[in-house]
Amino acid sequence: MAAIDQTPMIPPALRVLRSTLWAGARIVSIVALLATWELVARSGIVTPFQLPALSNVLARIWSDAYSGDLAINTAVTLYRAMAGFFIAAVGGIVLGMAMSRSHVARWFFDPIISVGFPMPKIAFLPVVILWLGVFDISKITMIVFDAIFPVVAATVIAIQGVERELIWSARNMGARERDLLWQIILPAALPTIMTGLQVALPLSLIVAVVTEMLMGGYGLGGAMMTASRFANSTGVFAGIVEIAVVGYALVKAMALIRRRLLSWHQEAEADSYRHV
Amino acid sequence: MKHTLIRYLPLLILAASWELVARLELVSSTALPPLSDVIAAWVDMIKDGELVTNGASSLYRAGVGLALAVIVGALLGIGMAWWKAVNVLVAPLVEIFYPLPKSALIPVTVIWLGFGDGSKILLIFLGCMLPVTLGAFNGARSSEQVLVWSARSMGASRLRMLWDVVLPSAMPELLNGIRTALALAFILLVSSELIVAQKGFGYLIGFLGANGTYDAMYAVVFTVAFLGFAADRIYQMFVHRMLLWRQ
Repeated sequence: MAAIDQTPMIPPALRVLRSTLWAGARIVSIVALLATWELVARSGIVTPFQLPALSNVLARIWSDAYSGDLAINTAVTLYRAMAGFFIAAVGGIVLGMAMSRSHVARWFFDPIISVGFPMPKIAFLPVVILWLGVFDISKITMIVFDAIFPVVAATVIAIQGVERELIWSARNMGARERDLLWQIILPAALPTIMTGLQVALPLSLIVAVVTEMLMGGYGLGGAMMTASRFANSTGVFAGIVEIAVVGYALVKAMALIRRRLLSWHQEAEADSYRHV
Repeated sequence: MKHTLIRYLPLLILAASWELVARLELVSSTALPPLSDVIAAWVDMIKDGELVTNGASSLYRAGVGLALAVIVGALLGIGMAWWKAVNVLVAPLVEIFYPLPKSALIPVTVIWLGFGDGSKILLIFLGCMLPVTLGAFNGARSSEQVLVWSARSMGASRLRMLWDVVLPSAMPELLNGIRTALALAFILLVSSELIVAQKGFGYLIGFLGANGTYDAMYAVVFTVAFLGFAADRIYQMFVHRMLLWRQ
């Protein structure tokens, strides 16, 4: 932070009060946003089609939840996103390790990864539909196709970044190649690999939602598209809120897992400083 | 030259095996038209201007949306790092909206602005803004305290410090955020045009696919994919130039 922190000059009781006030202020903008939404929608400046009232959207979510549609759609979307994510994670780490350990694998896959990574893979969706149809298998294929690139790239960079001294001393102490991989290289590479996974997870959800919007069927994206076709804007906004909540929960869960898995690593300490 | 050839040989092998698999009809030619047919279709579409006009309108949408996102996002991020009040008000909103899959906004932008350019530009703007904001924020926040102090002791005004100290040190992370935004712009452009549009790459892909002219559809798909790749490469060259002073 650029401004100089002057808190040490203030007595402790005041400091506590001040930090509570700042924490309280954080909720203000969210409450203000929601209140503005409701007020603008009710004021008649915009039609209910352009912006349905927040209360109506919440009522719609409640009725979705009550009828069980919400649970089914969320489960279907999550299933696709997670299935794609896990395949991409395992496949990406294995491929990344192969590229780090074998020259042939590296020579073959390196240009494919570096050309494929920045491509908008979603453009290949019609091709995947042509090959695999419009059901789960093509949606999950699309997710894997998109999410595997950050995992491979992160794994290759991570294994390159493992300190030579660690490997040398392990070899010196008589570690076999297998132990070296499992006990030295993978743990040391884990923080960077996790960063790749943290990119891949939201990406999986994005692609799951897009493919559902384009191919229809069950799922949060599909339900939203159906609402949109029937010009049911309350349903569309309810869909956004539902997808936002799922996305938020996934990202938070991933950050939590990272902190758990890396509690032994120095970054966990640095992280806890940042969150004070 | 020889080095580049060896490096990109795997891609040539893939292209050759594509042609071979299609020519030997190991898979149906509707599912995988031969590469040579796809190239011929591409040349035809360039000649009759179909690809060029649709491409121009796509690039216009992506360009305007991305430019808006960079300007507003950078201002917002640096503002968050520089004034605590801005941070307190904006950070919770960023935190909520960052994980939202931006493609979910496609139907809403259509409800607000219709089927034309406006809804795509708005979508790309909204979707690309947050990575830029976060990049600018993280970069500006980490500007070295010593530099800020010495600038201040030499009597620099706050605005001067913002321009001369904070902005340059925010640059690497800001440029990184813009790179993410660039990739996102292409993704959002294509998905919104695939879902609803009257022109553009995505529209063309959908139209050709529905017509069953798959060689032309493949040509457009690979054009878009190549443009996304080329944009990233050109941007990286630009960034390398921009950051030369740091080495």
